[in-house]
Amino acid sequence: MSTAAVTDKRHSTLRAASLPRWTPWVIAAGSLVLGIGISMAAGLDSQVQWGLIAAVLFVLGTFGVAARVEGRRQAKDRVATSLVWVAFLLAVVPLVSLIWVTVVRGVKVLDVYFLTHSMGVVADTEPGGGIYHAIIGSLEQVGLATLIGAPIGVLTAIYLVEYGRGRLAKAVTFFVDVMTGIPSIVAGLFILSLMLIFEMQPFGFAGSLALAILMMPVVVRSTEEMLKLVPNELREASLALGVPKWRTILKVVLPTSVGGITTGIMLAVARIAGETAPVLLLVFGNPFINNNPFEGAQASLPLYIYQQFANSAGSGAAFDRAWAASLTLIAFVMILNLVARGIARWKAPKTGR
Amino acid sequence: MAKRIDVSGLTAFYGSHKAIEDISMTVEPRSVTAFIGPSGCGKSTFLRTLNRMHEVTPGGRVEGKVLLDDEDLYGAGIDPVSVRREVGMVFQRPNPFPTMSIFDNVAAGLRLNGNYKKSELNDIVEKSLKGANLWNEVKDRLNKPGSGLSGGQQQRLCIARAIAVEPDVLLMDEPCSALDPISTLAIEDLIGELKERFTIVIVTHNMQQAARVSDRTAFFNLAAVGQPGRLIEIDDTERIFSNPSVQATEDYISGRFG
Ligand SMILES: Nc1ncnc2c1ncn2[C@@H]1O[C@H](COP(=O)(O)OP(=O)(O)O)[C@@H](O)[C@H]1O
Ligand SMILES: [Mg+2]
Repeated sequence: MSTAAVTDKRHSTLRAASLPRWTPWVIAAGSLVLGIGISMAAGLDSQVQWGLIAAVLFVLGTFGVAARVEGRRQAKDRVATSLVWVAFLLAVVPLVSLIWVTVVRGVKVLDVYFLTHSMGVVADTEPGGGIYHAIIGSLEQVGLATLIGAPIGVLTAIYLVEYGRGRLAKAVTFFVDVMTGIPSIVAGLFILSLMLIFEMQPFGFAGSLALAILMMPVVVRSTEEMLKLVPNELREASLALGVPKWRTILKVVLPTSVGGITTGIMLAVARIAGETAPVLLLVFGNPFINNNPFEGAQASLPLYIYQQFANSAGSGAAFDRAWAASLTLIAFVMILNLVARGIARWKAPKTGR
Repeated sequence: MAKRIDVSGLTAFYGSHKAIEDISMTVEPRSVTAFIGPSGCGKSTFLRTLNRMHEVTPGGRVEGKVLLDDEDLYGAGIDPVSVRREVGMVFQRPNPFPTMSIFDNVAAGLRLNGNYKKSELNDIVEKSLKGANLWNEVKDRLNKPGSGLSGGQQQRLCIARAIAVEPDVLLMDEPCSALDPISTLAIEDLIGELKERFTIVIVTHNMQQAARVSDRTAFFNLAAVGQPGRLIEIDDTERIFSNPSVQATEDYISGRFG
């Protein structure tokens, strides 16, 4: 008898009433309905306001229900969880709607013809034409910028993490920080001033130089973080085998972190692929196909989008082309991201048995 | 092969902090010498001065002499990279290279140094793994990552990696402290075999281990926290554990402090 009483008591302290798993969904649905109802009654017509009211109701409702059934500690836990969910939705909703709008408007003229023809014989106000020249320009400018910016950035990061001590390293870190904050138009103006000194006309590579300036600090920062993640024990293990430091870095440190470094570079590439300002200043834009980045004006995707909006006097055909080019640019950046993830996973240190 | 180590008046610093002071001792070839002493008395620091790994730490600085068969490791013109090829090291935590397979881990020292013949590599890897008593456990999965092994296997992999470059001396910094008793026993047996070929120095916190594996034992201590560590005495292991000549050694061994 007495043992039974003891076990009963145990149960009562360890077990507590808990809400069924579907509760959050019911509360979410309820607060959505209620939110819409309140908004309609109050005559609010902004859907953003509806959503915000529903979100507040969701958090409050979760707390109220959980506090009543499960107790205060569990209620706080649930409120924290629902706040995280609300924040997540607030972040995701604009992103998804942006992609949605771009896809819906972009697919109208996006086809093989569009991807393989330039604007050479088409006025900006007329339908037809395409973005081949802009794709070529973007690929060449971004590619050259990456060839310059990525190696310099990675080497700088290696210097800072593996060798940098004292004043020089501090100075380099400081300048990298300053460079991170340079607005892209300023990088463009800097190269433009050089071009003016040498009396040069706009050309693709000038844009690459400005993009490389924008890319470098991003690469330095991300590579630095990745190198710092490599455990010191691996460096010491290699050094203790009598491997020189430079080979240790090349054969042990870099392979261990190459996945993360590539991801960082890809993200930096994605960032500069969307830059418009320096390209506008330095590459100028060109409706014709120009395969040579070292001579003559070129186009680029972001610049093309801007010019289609700006120079078309409100023509619907130009707007369609701008959206289609935007979709292409987003797709390009997404593919880069996927490639980066693939490389990171492929190169990640292996742990399996 | 195995070489004698002769240390005289060795002092090591981390920046301005003096970690160990005025240490002198001789380590005979083909013997096992154990370092014991309370935490923070500078055993690891001293061990790392023996293959010039101490200076890898920022601010690391050494005064004094370490003779390896009459050649001063800290003499002018000595290349620390060459020193480390002759004095190998095994660390407290097993640290196989995570991007490399078991085979590549063992071959790493040779490959990264670039001085090997391709035809010999297979033999050297097999010999080293056998030398580390690991061959039978891994011979069917040499191409699998080394990080997939158990902790004890990883540590023996690290030993195989260290002996693959044929050093004269093998330094081990608490090689068993992260391992279970069975793996510890495996490594202790291994040390008994390795001393036929190498001069071995091992840091250990385990008194029984020092008694089991070593021929000579050195006791380190520090006067107070923040003071540099010193060598209190070094003697035959039997004597240290039965009849040490310094009272502090006896107190430490019998568990009265530390
Ligand atoms: N990387 C380091 N930087 C500064 N001081 C250190 C470092 N490593 C060890 N020390 C100091 O050196 C002394 C000896 O440490 P260590 O050799 O690790 O002792 P043990 O291995 O005997 O426990 C300690 O006072 C410790 O604080
Ligand atoms: Mg130690």
